[in-house]
Formats: sequence, C-alpha cells, structure tokens
Amino acid sequence: MLELFLDKYNYWIVVVLMMIGLYIVIARGNLVKKIVGLNVFQTSVFMFYISLGKAEGGTAPILTGKPELFSNPLPHVLILTAIVVGIATTALGLALVVRIRESYDTIEEDELEGMDNAVVTTERARLGTGDAA
Amino acid sequence: MESGIVNILVDISLMTLLGITAIGIVRSRNLFATAMLSGIYSLISAAVFVTLDAVDVAFTEAAVGAGISTVLMLGAMTLTRRSEKHAIKLHIGPLFVTIGIGAALIYGTVDMPPFGSTDAPGFQHIVPEYIAGSRDDIQVPNIVTSILASYRGFDTLGETAVIFAAGIGVLFLLGRRREDEEADESSNSGKGEDA
Repeated sequence: MLELFLDKYNYWIVVVLMMIGLYIVIARGNLVKKIVGLNVFQTSVFMFYISLGKAEGGTAPILTGKPELFSNPLPHVLILTAIVVGIATTALGLALVVRIRESYDTIEEDELEGMDNAVVTTERARLGTGDAA
Repeated sequence: MESGIVNILVDISLMTLLGITAIGIVRSRNLFATAMLSGIYSLISAAVFVTLDAVDVAFTEAAVGAGISTVLMLGAMTLTRRSEKHAIKLHIGPLFVTIGIGAALIYGTVDMPPFGSTDAPGFQHIVPEYIAGSRDDIQVPNIVTSILASYRGFDTLGETAVIFAAGIGVLFLLGRRREDEEADESSNSGKGEDA
C-alpha cells in the first residue's frame, strides 16, 4: 500500500491540481480568475511530463564525462517549449479580458451574458415592430 | 539509500504545498492575492522541477511563470478590477464534473509505470540515441540544449511562430483602443470648435 502510494503520489497530486484548475475555469465567473485557473491546469500538465521523465537515482541530463544515469531529457525540451507558449496564450487571454472590460465595463461572466441577452431581446423587439409596421 | 528517502520526502512535501496553494487560489476572492498566490505556485513548481532533475525547466518556470506571468496579471488587474464581484461558494455541478473526471484519471494512473522507473516506454525509444548523439555528434554537454536546438529545432521554430502570432494578437487587441481614443478626442475637440 505504501509502495503504491509512493509510486503514484506525484501523478495523484497532478490529477488533483488539474481538477482544481478545471474547477476554477468552470465555476468562477471572473475572467482573470479563469485565466489563473488555466495556468494552474497547465502547470499540472508540466508536472506530469517532468514526473514521467524522472529516473530514480538519475541526475540532471548534463554530460560530465562519467557514465551516469540521466533523467529523460525529451520531456524537459517539450515542456520548455510549452512554458513559453503558455505565457504567450496567457498574455493574449489577459489582453482579451482588458478589451472586454473596455467594451462592457465588467469582467464577470454572468453580467456579460445578461448584457448580451438584453441586446438580443431589444433587437428582436425592434425587428418585430418593424415587421408589423 | 539515505538520500533517496530525503528526495522522496522533499518531493512529497513540495507537491503537498502545491496542492495547498492551488486550494488557496480557489478560495481567495481578492484578485491581487490570487496573482501573488499564482506566483508562489509557479515558484514552488520550479522547486519541484529541480528535485525532478529538470533544471532548465525550473529556470524557465521561475523566470516566466513566477516573473513575467505575475507582472502581466498585475498589469491586467490595474486595467480591470482588483476583486471578484461574487462571493466564493461551492458550485455543485462543476464539483461533480471535476470529481468524476479526476476519479477517471486516477483510475488511469494505476496502469502507469511507477514514479522514477527507467523501464518506462519514454526511456526506451529514441532518448538513448539523443543522449549518445549529444555526446558524440553534437558535443554539447547539456543534452536538453542539443535536443532543443538541433534534434527538435522545428519545435522551437513553431514556438517562435506561436509567440509572434500571440504578440500580433495582443497588439491588435490593445493597440486599436488608443486609435479609437485619439479619434474620439479629435472628434470631440472638433465639436468643441464648432460650438
């Protein structure tokens, strides 16, 4: 039982972090908070990849001349790329939030939805009277 | 063996801290606190990456995740607002969805290779070639560098394209605003002159 726990602990924490991130994205209405949730989710995926690449008793993948056991360098490369792409998407998301705030003066999801619905309703009413006339 | 136990203890406590920080992010309503907590989250994950032998990743995560990302978040916050409008309460629907998906994922980890195992498929396929090639052909001591720049250079090219696209997107989203404001100002001042 302890062995199973030690073998899988990192993966389980990764799943917990991933689900916390997903919960923030689904349940919280604030758009900035949603982006933080996405970041939490994203970092948990990084953690998963790096955990998979860990070799027990291994060292960082840097050649020192001695025959050594290295941790898997390939996930490290993939995650390096993913971190930088992640910051680019975060920046784009935050720019979108700033733009939404300028147009709607709110960044709460339910208020945005209410405003959009109100616009649709008035537009329908206007078109309806136009047809009748 | 002694150091092995220490490694495991450090790993477990850092991972637990990460979980606690994530719960703190869920529970804080103040967005400033959320941005700071997400900086702490990134810094702790950088520490975890060091214990997992991914030093290059740890360096990038500390600089980009804890540094630039926090600055961006604070900048966005000054342009929007500092706290969430609605109180933090438990939403039952999302909770069920996340618990369901989480249970399925944890069921999936049962068949995964144990943590730290070198028999895992990831170690067997092409990685030994990369390590040997890095030593014999490319002769760069840091294997991550030689894979990033040489074996998988096109990944890095794609990454650059993504950053370029994101930069253009941010420019269009935020740059347009100033033009509009300037147009508004000039039209307003024009009206003023007419009056």
